[in-house]
Amino acid sequence: MATHQIRVTINGEAHERTVDSRLLLVHWLRDDLRLTGTHIGCDTTHCGACTVLLDGKPIKSCTLLAVQADGHELRTVEGLEQNGQLHPVQEGFWEKHGLQCGFCTPGMMLTASALLERNPSPSEAEIRRAISGNLCRCTGYVNIVKAVQHAAEKMRST
Amino acid sequence: MTPKTSEKICGMGHSMKRKEDPRFIRGQGHYIDDFERPGMLWMDIVRSPYAHANITSIDSDEAMKVPGVLAVITGETLAQYNLHWMPTLMSDTQMVLPTEKVMYQSQEVAAVIATSRYAAADGVDAVRVGYEPLPVVIDPFKALEPDAPVLRTDKEGKADNHIWHWEAGDRDATEKALADSDVVVEQDIYLPRIHVASIETCGCLADYDKTNNQLTVWMTTQAPHAIRTVIALVAGHVGLTEERIRVISPDIGGGFGGKVPVYPGYVIAIAASVVIGKPIKWIEDRMENLQADSFARDYHMTVQLGAKSDGTFQALRIKTLADHGYADAAANPSKFPAGMFSICTGSYDLPHAFAEVDAAYTNKPPGGVAYRCSFRVTEAVHAIERIVDVMADELGRDPAELRAQNFIDKDEFPYKSVLGWEYDSGDYHAALDKAKEIIGYDDLLEEQAEKRERGELMGIGISSFTEIVGAGPSEQFDILGIKMFDSAEIRVHPTGKAIARFGTKSQGQGHETTYAQIVAEELGIPAEHVQVEEGDTDTAPYGLGTYASRSTPTAGAAGAMAARKIRAKARKLAAHLLEVSEEDLEWEPGRFFVKGAPELGKTIQDIAFAAYTNHPRGMEAGLEAVDYYDPPNLTFPFGSYICVVDIDRGTGEVHVRRFVAVDDCGNIINPMIVDGQIHGGLTQGLAPSLFEQITYDEDGNISQGGSFIDYLVPTAMEVPSWETDKTVTPSPHHPLGAKGVGESATVGAPPAIANAVVDALSHLGVRHIDIPMTPDRVWKLLKEKGAAL
Repeated sequence: MATHQIRVTINGEAHERTVDSRLLLVHWLRDDLRLTGTHIGCDTTHCGACTVLLDGKPIKSCTLLAVQADGHELRTVEGLEQNGQLHPVQEGFWEKHGLQCGFCTPGMMLTASALLERNPSPSEAEIRRAISGNLCRCTGYVNIVKAVQHAAEKMRST
Repeated sequence: MTPKTSEKICGMGHSMKRKEDPRFIRGQGHYIDDFERPGMLWMDIVRSPYAHANITSIDSDEAMKVPGVLAVITGETLAQYNLHWMPTLMSDTQMVLPTEKVMYQSQEVAAVIATSRYAAADGVDAVRVGYEPLPVVIDPFKALEPDAPVLRTDKEGKADNHIWHWEAGDRDATEKALADSDVVVEQDIYLPRIHVASIETCGCLADYDKTNNQLTVWMTTQAPHAIRTVIALVAGHVGLTEERIRVISPDIGGGFGGKVPVYPGYVIAIAASVVIGKPIKWIEDRMENLQADSFARDYHMTVQLGAKSDGTFQALRIKTLADHGYADAAANPSKFPAGMFSICTGSYDLPHAFAEVDAAYTNKPPGGVAYRCSFRVTEAVHAIERIVDVMADELGRDPAELRAQNFIDKDEFPYKSVLGWEYDSGDYHAALDKAKEIIGYDDLLEEQAEKRERGELMGIGISSFTEIVGAGPSEQFDILGIKMFDSAEIRVHPTGKAIARFGTKSQGQGHETTYAQIVAEELGIPAEHVQVEEGDTDTAPYGLGTYASRSTPTAGAAGAMAARKIRAKARKLAAHLLEVSEEDLEWEPGRFFVKGAPELGKTIQDIAFAAYTNHPRGMEAGLEAVDYYDPPNLTFPFGSYICVVDIDRGTGEVHVRRFVAVDDCGNIINPMIVDGQIHGGLTQGLAPSLFEQITYDEDGNISQGGSFIDYLVPTAMEVPSWETDKTVTPSPHHPLGAKGVGESATVGAPPAIANAVVDALSHLGVRHIDIPMTPDRVWKLLKEKGAAL
């Protein structure tokens, strides 16, 4: 099987590896780099549990090959907290009970953080649309919307 | 309700932020696929493309040539250890791996063990299986016809596909009462096959230590202790006795009843680890999860309700055919093959009722799990809440008014239902009145009348459900003979902090927070200093696990009782420290003080320290207690939901405009968490009402619902902003007055939505629609009635 040398910056840290052509990005993150906060929930790019940010944009890491991330910057849930300070989205999810089992939460928070980067004052409809590629089976989304609104407010005030 | 404890102690009634969240929001939860062991191997499963076929050959030669593949396990391999069949939790049997034939599409046929995830998948692709197709039985009605092929040929003497018959109530008296009724309505209602679809699939990591003959299994299970016993019963004959088995249920990414059963994959991984002597991980993918794991519902019901002409209900009769797939692999209490279906008289004072269920085998996955409901309560509630609306339509009565006329009155509790349950407490009128007020019921009726004039379709639907949860009292409730108590063990440390362990297992419900609040309520130790643990059979006391809304009614009660035992000892210690008699002491949260001299007291922290440093002679040191709580009765949460829908005449799409949920789950431990449970439950009620179902073609191929491509789990775009409120009617027999809340909304929501859609179309002559009320189903109906655009 063909292999490739790749160089990817993940949460600000450069990683160089030789990977198989067919290795999915999510498996590289989880099984090789042991960044297990990125989860796997389906095989069909529907659930969004594996969402990570590629150059700031949410992508589903179960549908990207590790080799396709070569030369790019990734952020995973492990990179949301900076210098011991929770990201406002993380605070929002905790404060507003935006999670129950926690399995969709990393992907959901990354999608939300990308939304707030491009739209600091999203409406409820815009929040719902933005997270519609991330399935949550526990919360019914009401508190996730509140969590994102809480984070938006916090980010605007700082 | 004002909390009894301070913000600092954070007992019941405080919306404490969840203690489990700091790890989850950092991606530091430990779910099954996050575990790794040195030398770990991977397992993947070969599955059948046929719904019913003889296996003529399994050729693993090519698979064994795949780099990294170490073994291919078949039914023949397991048969050497007599592990190719296993019991279900309903005392039926199911295959672990087949030796002769497959019984449903996607059934496990063989397992490949390899050095990596990818090698195992390559190995699966390379296994060649020969099949000889057999006649397929998909329709459960046809399954019971005399000429239907007999599916369970493994059962000696079995001559048909009938599994069991269950009934409750007086058939003759009910039939007579129906005959004597002024008005009788009848409706066929089908609740389709659905799936829990937790975002985390199932899996395990089995690690057998040959030197010490010790098996550790990390697995996605809602009932780790019961699973340990099952493993010991199944594998005891190969030397794996119960003390050598440790089951650890780590963080679970959603359970909803789907992680109660023992799936073949778990057993194969355990057997493979024992045989190979290495840790083996098995994680199913989404398609395996949807296509092979236990389904829910699949009840075909015929419901009759009789009433006097003034609307007073006289009799209810329900005849049901349950499709169980090829094995009854439900996880009900043993004595209740149809679960708590006899709660079907609901919130109404019915003098006569009779319910019967017949179960049939078909060529579908085994199951019948209680998907976020206390064993068939969802089916029962749908039947009664739908038929009440059919009756209202027949009588030309307002559905809210007809409900109120027939509710069990609050003064009639405890209420003995005609089908044998003793409802603990309720105030159904209050909940319905509140829901009507919040949603503005009368204004909605006016709006609807105006809209009908304009040809617009708007509907209002009500569901006033009663649940039956918290199984249960040991005289009636057991699973495989194990009584359905649950347990708590609390240890207070010398510095006044505590660890509390429970026999249940949270899957997102927030037990680490709510159980800590229970201990805080009873002992005054701040909830932030009560560490809660569950899920490790080596450390937690034995319990039956978390499902059927039983955690608060059973283990939560055990937590309160264990804390009270500790408090009783603390009183003795305080009396010793203060040199007064026990009777002279009074308790306030976190402190005993001398009656009449409140300044003289000892805090629970002082007392805890004394328990280890200054306990009186004759008293055991330490401050801890265990409680195995056997509930005296079940609990009966209830609520009234009102839903408003608008229907697009051009597309048939149903839009839920508003949904008001008034719930009563008795006393509340954490209001924020209760609200979250209701939001989630409502969404899992919306899902099968409008989107989700699993269907098969006549050859047994899964035709819808085999992946997330067409198993339509709702996104944030489809889910409305739920409006929740509550009434509080404490349970008189639960030590905290609580009832349990996890499933109320899943149970209560579907009929509210169905009733709203039917209401929107009732003037066109529509009286019933089966769920899911998808755009195509609704549009076809509109077309038929000449109302489609």
